[in-house]
Amino acid sequence: MKLLEVLNARRSFGGLVAVDQVSFSVFSGQIKAMIGPNGAGKTTLFNIISGLLPTETGKILFKGKNIHRLKPFQIAHAGISRTFQNPSLFLKMSVLENVMVGRHSRTRWGFIGCGLRFPGQIREEKHIQEAALEQIAYVGLEHLADSPAGSLGFGQRRMVELARALATEPELLLLDEPASGLNPKETEDLGLLIRKIRDTGVTILLVEHDMSLVMDISDDVLVLHNGSVIAEGTPSAVQDDQKVISVYLGKGLAHAAPGEKSSMRLRRP
Amino acid sequence: MLKRLIPIVLMAAVIVAVQLLATALEKEYCLTQLTMAIYYSMVVMGLCLVMGYAGQVSLGHGAFFAIGGYTSAILTTRSFLSLQDTWWAGILKRLHVFVLREDMFGSPIMTVSPWAAFLAAMIVTFIAAFLIGYPALRLKGHYLAMATLGFAMIVHKIVLGSAFAGAADGITGVPEWTLGAGLVITGKSVARVQNYYLASGIALVILILLGNLVRSRVGRALQAIHDQETAANAMGINTSAYKLQVFIVSALIAAIAGVLLTHYTGGIGPSESSILKSVRYVALAAAGGMANLWSASLISTLINYLSLRDWFGTFDNAVFGALLIIIISIAPDGPFKPLGLWIRRWSSLARVRTGEKNHETP
Amino acid sequence: MGSEILILQYLLSGITKGSIYAMVAIGFNLIFSATGVLNFAQGEFVMLGGMIAVTLSFYFPLPVAVAGAVVIVACIGCLLELLFFRPLRHHSILHMIIITIGLSIVIQEAALHIWDEKVRSLPYFTGNEISSVKIYGAAISPQVLWVLGTITVSVILLHIFLRYTLQGRAMRACSSNPEAAMLAGINISNMRTLAFGLSAALGALGGCVISPITMTQYEAGAPLAIKGFAAAILGGLGNPMAAVAGGLLIGIIEAFSVSKLPAAYNDVSAFAILLLVLFIRPHGLFGSPSGQGVREF
Repeated sequence: MKLLEVLNARRSFGGLVAVDQVSFSVFSGQIKAMIGPNGAGKTTLFNIISGLLPTETGKILFKGKNIHRLKPFQIAHAGISRTFQNPSLFLKMSVLENVMVGRHSRTRWGFIGCGLRFPGQIREEKHIQEAALEQIAYVGLEHLADSPAGSLGFGQRRMVELARALATEPELLLLDEPASGLNPKETEDLGLLIRKIRDTGVTILLVEHDMSLVMDISDDVLVLHNGSVIAEGTPSAVQDDQKVISVYLGKGLAHAAPGEKSSMRLRRP
Repeated sequence: MLKRLIPIVLMAAVIVAVQLLATALEKEYCLTQLTMAIYYSMVVMGLCLVMGYAGQVSLGHGAFFAIGGYTSAILTTRSFLSLQDTWWAGILKRLHVFVLREDMFGSPIMTVSPWAAFLAAMIVTFIAAFLIGYPALRLKGHYLAMATLGFAMIVHKIVLGSAFAGAADGITGVPEWTLGAGLVITGKSVARVQNYYLASGIALVILILLGNLVRSRVGRALQAIHDQETAANAMGINTSAYKLQVFIVSALIAAIAGVLLTHYTGGIGPSESSILKSVRYVALAAAGGMANLWSASLISTLINYLSLRDWFGTFDNAVFGALLIIIISIAPDGPFKPLGLWIRRWSSLARVRTGEKNHETP
Repeated sequence: MGSEILILQYLLSGITKGSIYAMVAIGFNLIFSATGVLNFAQGEFVMLGGMIAVTLSFYFPLPVAVAGAVVIVACIGCLLELLFFRPLRHHSILHMIIITIGLSIVIQEAALHIWDEKVRSLPYFTGNEISSVKIYGAAISPQVLWVLGTITVSVILLHIFLRYTLQGRAMRACSSNPEAAMLAGINISNMRTLAFGLSAALGALGGCVISPITMTQYEAGAPLAIKGFAAAILGGLGNPMAAVAGGLLIGIIEAFSVSKLPAAYNDVSAFAILLLVLFIRPHGLFGSPSGQGVREF
């Protein structure tokens, strides 16, 4: 079943077309990876899907319903959650509170109920806390639940963000470079975790530069270059695609920033 | 649960202690200014919610205080006697919306009852807060500050320039407000202690409600908006709706304070809507640490009380300005936070010392 | 014919008032660009300029008194930066703004106690209160020409300073990218002091030239700060020339609304229009959506 369908999405900034007539689908239960050199439009596409940027043309269908006019919070309610390239935690709150915010779209008490502490609200608060603790334990950070998010290391912040995104009970999870800034061991654990998440029935779309991770976990790979799709298919098919090779090894070299070695290492070592 | 009760019980104890002290020292007259200071600090509590938690600046809360106070003052002093014989006035009279009473000079008048006027004040404030908040809260930073300041300026000028609001003289002769159960909001000296407890009680209830709010789903959403608005939105928080709601809630609290104080002092003047007042509320909230309801309400009650008692004489504004600079320079999170840290450090130091002694004694 | 002259008269009086707002708004912008903070004590610089010049004018000839006042207020501006902004630069923007509000109150009260609550004014620079110049039939005081001339010259000089001198360029560099400016060897702290001194001097100069027309009093600063803030916001923060446009616009709206609305409502229309502009353009007339001014506190 097609869970997400992007049809002719387009977005430009000034004169620069960041995403140009991109169409693709994500099927339920898949782990789909989106790769491409820096500036290929991956994050822009994520921002379009999660509602932070409107698409100029085309449609975004989620479970067959058009979502491209919805606000980000409505898209979260619909069942799409995301993480950010730079973990954007609420730094003044504790880890637990951060993840509790993730429960927002699945809970309902408002100003009056919360101010007066109605019995239902107290019960709900308890459920929120339990569910958040569960997600924190799921990503292995239960010992840090009460620490301020600002005191965490980069890798831990990524994990808290993942827990927060999972707390929204998404059907589709968008992960923006989840492995960047992680060491090889952490990356390996992350791969296992992403699979585990998929096995609970969550569909995953990720942007990632770490090719070994991408090739390892994804069922399907989408290659973007200069805002357009140049290849789509299974990891092995994409690896052998001439266009992809030329982007990564030929012309791609000129585009890739010096620190972007991983993006050139297409084949697994 | 216990942790939540401790500050409430402490605060209640302080409230009672202050009254007992004032009575014992035969200085009950001080309670009058203290009661007024408590009403003013309610505005600061609402502002803490908007600024400290949701991170939105408002330089216009004096205007909401004035809107509440003036609506209720106008409705409870203006005579609708000429309408007495219309059929709908009769119905409203039966519903106790209109009441017949005597004005200061003993002539009969028919005005709106305080309860109905209060309700009207809330409705007017709600509409004003919605109309200004809806467009203004899309603005950020300095632009939001300017928009709220501009709103306050407009309200001030209208109040000052309109005959129906008494222009520069304001409105006097606002009647007392009988709440029922023997409770009356009045400035009469016989009811001084009662009114002190009434004001403290209402303030405490607001503090408790706001305290509940900030430690709930709503409070977390507000803080999330403050910290990372984009991420908050992506996590399912309707950021613009929350900003508007919290703005309206705090405006209503300011208006409640305005209504209560107007009945307490028997009138209201245009200075209540001045920019200086609005700025003062913001400054007091900031001096109290903003995201700290208890500390902000204590600080603002104290400073307002001292200035209402005319402690600083002609230097009142100067002292207020200087205090502001000093508190914010030294303790930007409110004076109670460093105080708490000191106490903790001292107690741990003391523990270390006694620990050393214990080691030495055997 | 008559109504045209009337319109011209309103326009000129609006431009005169607007120039002072523009002067305050430029001062806001200079300090804002250098520190990210709106200095609400900006109006006090104008007030101090007028008051000090009046006092000095008892002992010195007028030009010396004005120059002296500008220098003294510039020093006060630098002093404020050294005493408050430099040591407290790690405070949040909102806290700094509230400190400037505190400063404004303290300066105002100090002025009350140094001078008194009396209204003062400098003598007219040329002529007196009844002399007038005819421009296309509209009679205006020569002092208005002094105001407009002074402000035009200072705006041009400021523009040249920011654009073509080394110091001015360094200052602009600090505002657009402090880290890079620091790496390029620019002393950011000194640039901030300079910005304070400069905007204090501008404010004081404005206070001197306007003094014969509007008079000076210890509490004249705060309303000017509010109008100047409005002008800076209307133009769009971060751009001194937009501030000039904003100031003139507010002055003109005010002048014309006086002719239509009861006097008590005179500020209502200016602020109502400002609100409308903001609701349509949330970052001012000439501001950019990604500018510094839209940063959250």
